[in-house]
Amino acid sequence: MPSSILSVCYLIGSVTFIVGLKMLSHPETARRGNWLAAAGMVISILGTLFLYRHDGEHLHNYGWIAGGLVIGSVVGTMAARQVKMTAMPQMVSLFNGMGGLCAMLIAVIEFNRLLPEDASVTFAQVLESRQLSLYVLAILAGLVIGGVSFAGSVIAFGKLDGKISDRNFAGQQVVNMAVITAIAALSVYLICGDPRQPALIFYTVTFLSLFYGVLFVIPIGGADMPVVISLLNSFTGVATAFGGFLYDNQVMLTGGILVGSAGTILTIMMCKAMNRSIRNVLLGSFSATASGG
Amino acid sequence: MEAILSFIHTNLQMFYIVILSIFLGIEVISRVPAVLHTPLMSGANAIHGVIIIGAIIVMGEADSGNYTALFLGFIAVIVGTLNVVGGFVVTDRMLEMFKSSKKK
Repeated sequence: MPSSILSVCYLIGSVTFIVGLKMLSHPETARRGNWLAAAGMVISILGTLFLYRHDGEHLHNYGWIAGGLVIGSVVGTMAARQVKMTAMPQMVSLFNGMGGLCAMLIAVIEFNRLLPEDASVTFAQVLESRQLSLYVLAILAGLVIGGVSFAGSVIAFGKLDGKISDRNFAGQQVVNMAVITAIAALSVYLICGDPRQPALIFYTVTFLSLFYGVLFVIPIGGADMPVVISLLNSFTGVATAFGGFLYDNQVMLTGGILVGSAGTILTIMMCKAMNRSIRNVLLGSFSATASGG
Repeated sequence: MEAILSFIHTNLQMFYIVILSIFLGIEVISRVPAVLHTPLMSGANAIHGVIIIGAIIVMGEADSGNYTALFLGFIAVIVGTLNVVGGFVVTDRMLEMFKSSKKK
């Protein structure tokens, strides 16, 4: 019974996200749409807190969870209320980065649960015996996308706040490609190979993802930041969807994919409104510095 | 090949959800005026804060003796809540400004 009520909660959550997003795209209904989505979020969170069961077991550590929720709510409300109107974009970027960090931390904890406690069992055997390859793939995807989004958003925040300036160096594209290739290769090795030290490889991937997030945003000009934030926003959406896959959780899946696709389209529309192409924004750092002097 | 096919078969429902959600996301915001771009981005930002549910689950399932997991989970719950609460409040403030400037 509780789990069927929880499913209904998630269903309500998904529908409010869709309707809320729709209302947000019309000036008259935008504000109500925002609160509708927020209401759906509250229902989903409360439902998870009180109705979630895994193998018939309740969640525990309620004290920790409640503490986290209270601290997050108080700090979040205060930060959002006190920020100056002109500083809004960097605030959005920072909150987006927090979502990415959340996805990353979930991936780290889930991975640690998979590590064999018995030294005689290898990581590959654990995956084999429990058929977890796809599960690890979802963990890695959440980790990498979340990590890029977190590091990128923090850099974007710093740029808009005037703390970090644009930086270019020769061969940047080559370095970016090398980092991406390394992430992909290590991920494949972790799943398909038989690594002696899976944790070491996992944390190298974590570090490289963060590093890539920095590399990705640091050459992009300050004026193009809103477009980049929108793109990182859709990244976090995709990371959320992978989280939904991990826990077989419908509201995370629909919410994440919805933001992922809507965010991508929104990014393209923002580029058009600024008379820039997305290629220009992401790869045109060289021409941007050239025209800037 | 067979493994991929059987994976698709067993997760057919999920594939439908993903594909339909992608199209839905594109359709839902296809005609949005440029002034609403930033609030819409901010609203979408708050919605992906639904990752907080994952953080709550991971925290609630952690062993009470595993301090690393407890600590990381605690941080995850805090930053996830920041994303949700901050996201919705910031969006509301943007839209509030939008409304009042329109009246003038």
